[in-house]
Amino acid sequence: MAEEYAIRMVNITKAFGTKVIANNKVHLDLKKGEILSLLGENGSGKTTLMNMLSGIYFPDSGQIFVDGQEVTIASPHDAFELGIGMVHQHFKLVDVLTAAENIELGLPGKAVVDRKAIAAKIKEICDRYGFIVDPAKKVYDMSVSEKQTLEIVKTLYRGANVLILDEPTAVLTPQETERLFTVMRNMKADGKSIIIITHKLHEVLEISDRVAVLRKGEYIGDMLTADADAQKLTDMMVGRAVALNIERAEPKDLVERLRIRHLTVKDADGITRLDDINLDVNGGEILGIAGISGCGQKELLEAIAGLQPTEEGSSILYFPEGQEEGEELIGQNPRTISDMGVKLAFVPEDRLGMGLVGSMDLTDNMMLKRYREGRGIFADRKPPHKLAEDVVAALEVVTPSIETPVRRLSGGNVQKVLVGREIAMSPAVLMSAYAVRGLDINTSYTIYRLLNEQKKKGVAVIYVGEDLDVLLELCDRIAVLCGGRLNDIVDGRTATKEEVGYLMTYLKSPEEKEGQA
Amino acid sequence: MNHSHEPLIHIAKRDGIVWWKSWLIRLTGVVLALIVSALFIYGISKLDPLKVYGAMWDGAFGTSKRAWVTIRDTMMLLCIGIGLAPAFMMRFWNIGAEGQILVGGCATAAVMIYCGNAMPTWIMLVIMFAASCVSGAIWGLIPAIFKAHWNTNETLFTLMMNYIAIQLTNFLVSKWESPPGSNAVGVINLNTQSGWFPSILGQQYLLNVLIVLALAVVMFIYLRSSKQGYEIAVVGESENTARYAGISVKKVIIRTMAISGAICGVAGFVNVAGAAHTISTEVAGGRGFTAIIVAWLAKFNTFVMILIAALIIFLQKGAIQIASQFNLNDYASNVVTGIILFFILGSEFFINYEIRFRGGKS
Repeated sequence: MAEEYAIRMVNITKAFGTKVIANNKVHLDLKKGEILSLLGENGSGKTTLMNMLSGIYFPDSGQIFVDGQEVTIASPHDAFELGIGMVHQHFKLVDVLTAAENIELGLPGKAVVDRKAIAAKIKEICDRYGFIVDPAKKVYDMSVSEKQTLEIVKTLYRGANVLILDEPTAVLTPQETERLFTVMRNMKADGKSIIIITHKLHEVLEISDRVAVLRKGEYIGDMLTADADAQKLTDMMVGRAVALNIERAEPKDLVERLRIRHLTVKDADGITRLDDINLDVNGGEILGIAGISGCGQKELLEAIAGLQPTEEGSSILYFPEGQEEGEELIGQNPRTISDMGVKLAFVPEDRLGMGLVGSMDLTDNMMLKRYREGRGIFADRKPPHKLAEDVVAALEVVTPSIETPVRRLSGGNVQKVLVGREIAMSPAVLMSAYAVRGLDINTSYTIYRLLNEQKKKGVAVIYVGEDLDVLLELCDRIAVLCGGRLNDIVDGRTATKEEVGYLMTYLKSPEEKEGQA
Repeated sequence: MNHSHEPLIHIAKRDGIVWWKSWLIRLTGVVLALIVSALFIYGISKLDPLKVYGAMWDGAFGTSKRAWVTIRDTMMLLCIGIGLAPAFMMRFWNIGAEGQILVGGCATAAVMIYCGNAMPTWIMLVIMFAASCVSGAIWGLIPAIFKAHWNTNETLFTLMMNYIAIQLTNFLVSKWESPPGSNAVGVINLNTQSGWFPSILGQQYLLNVLIVLALAVVMFIYLRSSKQGYEIAVVGESENTARYAGISVKKVIIRTMAISGAICGVAGFVNVAGAAHTISTEVAGGRGFTAIIVAWLAKFNTFVMILIAALIIFLQKGAIQIASQFNLNDYASNVVTGIILFFILGSEFFINYEIRFRGGKS
């Protein structure tokens, strides 16, 4: 009897360091000629698992079978010998080479490249599955969708029977997505097996035969798409609510601080990252921002901070204490915002790459935003030195000394230094992105406590988070972003995990929103 | 599954190192360099290495005049290193010091030729200083503006600016050549010494030392304690952080390169008015590249730069001396210089990384 499974992964475990277990005894089966969706929240271990199939990571333990044979995949080369090809989220193409050159790159061959033969073979693949690739086109002239097509053709050219697509639709327009699905169906009809990683439930339901779900590194289960619906999948993905017992005071004396209207952001490639966001941020409450990563959270915070160019028509009004008139923040930069007297604290996602200077000591990091204070050309290091000592004492930062470069502190202590500095400026608005990512339980609770204290002081706190349990217990309101749009705003006290998980993955149509209003 | 192929030797980046250990490693490097050089000298010439080292010392400090020339050349190299420090601290790869020195030198020579004998020397010195500053700053500004606005590659840009400066210098040499047909400018204002650095306390090169040491002190304080120095350090570490902190990255790049170019231009002034009293491409003569080693080895600490510049100049002077005294080929002495630099640079590797062997403690 012919082997039914193209790929079987059994008991795969992969840990990074001692703390982070990315995959814990994960099983995954891929039948021949099927499209399997791999579903899971951020950090659930999907990409890690697939990277072990494509030879980028090596599992700590477990077995991989290809066509029923146990194999060792130690390098991308091994994977491609076994007919496994992966299209990564970030394309691995050489910009200055043509499509054909990128396809041929790294393959064994004669010293002289037979461009005609390559072009003929590319054409054959394209015709068979319905791709459109111009072999002579340079990659830097290509659109995102063309690059992705090229990546898929590249893997097929190398004889891949199993294709892994890591969030292929994240960068595509709906029309391009439709075209991708058409070629995926053609490939399936030709006997290829495909694994598609995606967060978008409607795509899962549309394209795949079967769905496998991971959550926090664990394999949760799989089901036939025919038996699945969006709600069932969401439940599997987010799991049961876990009680964290984070204290949450009733918000009182709410005052409007920020009024965001028609905020639209496009990135350098012209892709819309934020689409017509309308949102009010109030002093005295914690506003949670939920969403799959890359749905516009970063752009939203950076637009408020004056770091993100915005499209015409966008407006962010800031209302100072006791003023009716708002001040426009769009068009400002961090310096002018600070000069306007807007006390805006920002704990960015990239702590050492944006919020702090890794090679500098605590004192120099404390003065990052206020080094201009004081007259004269010299920077006064006395107040920041004092502040560094205060933060170390108040937040119990573990550091050899004030003179230690922050790069040498542990992740939790780095975050305490950053949050401590931002809170010390007595902000009116405090924005934080993934403030507890990678932190241990105790430090996480310290951060929650600090945010709550700020809320009680009347600060408008914005908390961008990924753990739904935390969002639901910490935040007063939760704005859910989906693909750059504000899908809905829910009450943190009454909303359920399933509800938020559904909003994160399933964009409401305008009619649904109308009906609700 | 067992796939632990622990390599025999493992290179790991150190988290940090106590200061005395790092100096111990450097000292070991110098001692090893001297031993290897001694073996090399003995191997090819059967000469007593100690005598050869003695001759090197003699070449650099044997007479009062030699010592002053060594000091003068050290100051020249130091001046360029000071100029490069802010640029490299900002991680702006300014390898265009060569060109910035030349345009500074050309500006100085122009003042000496056109204004010479027409005004008192001290006024000329001020004008020459200003002219060399401005021209060096322009040479530094051009790549900086392109970098800031269009993100051009500053390494290539500053390098190409060198060739423009070299051709400019050659053009001016042919314009100013004296006597005609010599293809050299000759000593400018030989008879009047107009625009030459005056002797102070009877020392011809004392003004060179004073100017460069003053720059070293000012630059040290500028980088360590000023707000602009802080901005340079932040931009060098992470442009994202700089933007987050409200620092205008463009402004800092442009301003810093103007300063860097200006000081390299001053190096041209010090060399033309204070030492060479003529203009040719030898005014830079590769020092703009050597100074990169000075700036980096000293980690932009201008006082440590004095030590490193002195060591490099000492090696060069010593190499010339042993070449003539023992009839060694020029190349032999360059090999000795190379060995010593190799070991000094190599010791930086052992300061930043440690080597662990299999089975050793992790």
